[in-house]
Amino acid sequence: MGWGLVAPALLWTAAFFVLPFAAMVALSFAHMEGREVVRGFDPGNYIRIFTDWTMLKALINSLEITVVVTVVSVVLAYPLAAIIAFRVPARWQRLALLLAVLPFWTSYVVRSYAWLLVLGQNGVVNKALLSLGLITEPLEIAATRTATVIGFVHFFVMLLTLTIYANLIQLSPNYARAAADLGAGRWQTFRHVILPLTLPGVVTGAFLTFVLCIGDYITPQILGGNAELTLPQLIMLQLGRSGNFPLASALSVVLMAVVTLAYFASSRWLRLDRV
Amino acid sequence: MRALSWAYLAVAYAFVFLPVVVLVAFSFQDGRLPVPPFQGFTLDWYGRVLGERDLMEALVNSALVAAVSSLIALILGFLAAHALARVRLPGSVLMRGVLIAPMTVSYLIIALGLLTLFNQAGVRLSLWTAGVGHVVINLPLCFAITYAAMGDQQRNAERAARDLGAPEWKVLALVSAPMLAAPLAAAFFLSVTFSWDEFIIAFLLTRFDVTLPVEIWSMLRSGISPATNAVGSLVFLVSVTLVILLEVFVFRRAK
Repeated sequence: MGWGLVAPALLWTAAFFVLPFAAMVALSFAHMEGREVVRGFDPGNYIRIFTDWTMLKALINSLEITVVVTVVSVVLAYPLAAIIAFRVPARWQRLALLLAVLPFWTSYVVRSYAWLLVLGQNGVVNKALLSLGLITEPLEIAATRTATVIGFVHFFVMLLTLTIYANLIQLSPNYARAAADLGAGRWQTFRHVILPLTLPGVVTGAFLTFVLCIGDYITPQILGGNAELTLPQLIMLQLGRSGNFPLASALSVVLMAVVTLAYFASSRWLRLDRV
Repeated sequence: MRALSWAYLAVAYAFVFLPVVVLVAFSFQDGRLPVPPFQGFTLDWYGRVLGERDLMEALVNSALVAAVSSLIALILGFLAAHALARVRLPGSVLMRGVLIAPMTVSYLIIALGLLTLFNQAGVRLSLWTAGVGHVVINLPLCFAITYAAMGDQQRNAERAARDLGAPEWKVLALVSAPMLAAPLAAAFFLSVTFSWDEFIIAFLLTRFDVTLPVEIWSMLRSGISPATNAVGSLVFLVSVTLVILLEVFVFRRAK
């Protein structure tokens, strides 16, 4: 009986997730001759990724951006979630949280575009700073890594505030009380009681941030411009301009390997079934 | 310390809302560029956008793909969660892992894998192929939400129904599903919002008929314009309405 119910979902996942992934891995060992895909077992694509500087640089860019975004987002979101959980009166908390993540519901493509309007040469930030006399020349933020990072941090601060808040609110106030009774100051209570108890939630959120950030094409493409490429941008370039599916597949396998490494690095604290 | 908290909250809200405020404000721009100075208030861009056939078709396509793919993901996820939460099957930990796995994979990789598969199998790209991809990303979500919501209370009610002679499909349809109405609705609406907003899978797996995010993407190619602001504001309005409805009718009631 149980098998019959679980089978459709398993078959779907096998047919449209496991099988495509296997097909992609197989394709990554093919190579191009002219515009023809020649199948075989050729590690050339992987060798190229780790020896061709443009490819390696894209991988490094992606890793740097993702690590910065993950760390900054956690550091900004934790206090926000804590303030909502511990400072805002209980009856306003749900509203405060809903407001803090409301822009989450704008279209993803549109959100990056909106940041372009904010950060652009003639954008709101530059116009405001110019009229305040803080700068004399418009800052060049759009089409740089800074813009990409700002766009990402905006999105992930909202996501992490949600997950960290959910963790904080589940903590019994007795833990903090017990720590206070034992003479712990506020910082000590946070450092030795609250933080360790919320660590699984934080790591789970950080892992999701890492996965979503490193695989995203939209934000770096709209905000970062083409001055430096991230891995997803490079993959899309291979698909579009040169139609090099084998190389795009190999790059995707590398991307997948990076995510898997991140998974193992954080698996001790991960609680993916309790997001 | 207290004042510092409120200051931090204020700055955080300002940061979070900045792009949305700019987006909506300049959708009313009476001029060709959605950047300062503000040249006056007009609704022209909304009129123009609503009159654009490609956009409206894309909007209908998106709604269709979101509704159908979320429904399929919900049904598959619910059935699997029911089976794995109730019956002890050999390898159930492994099966849970397999079902959750797509959650940890970048959408780009899922899209590229499906594109490879469809190309090799000679399947033509359409809204259907994008829908298949959206089921793949939403199935783990629907599974996880309904799996987490299943408790002993349901188990007892189901057992009672079975003892009274209900066949298994009746237990599922008349006891389990209604008792899980709130989490099922939450899973469905979350899936709809994810699918509705998803770009890379829809971009790589559709060809002639496209979804709204893909259409907006092609609008961006021709540079910034208050028309894009207007579309973005409309999408925001629809999503926020959905979220508020969900909050009021599903989560309030669940309490």
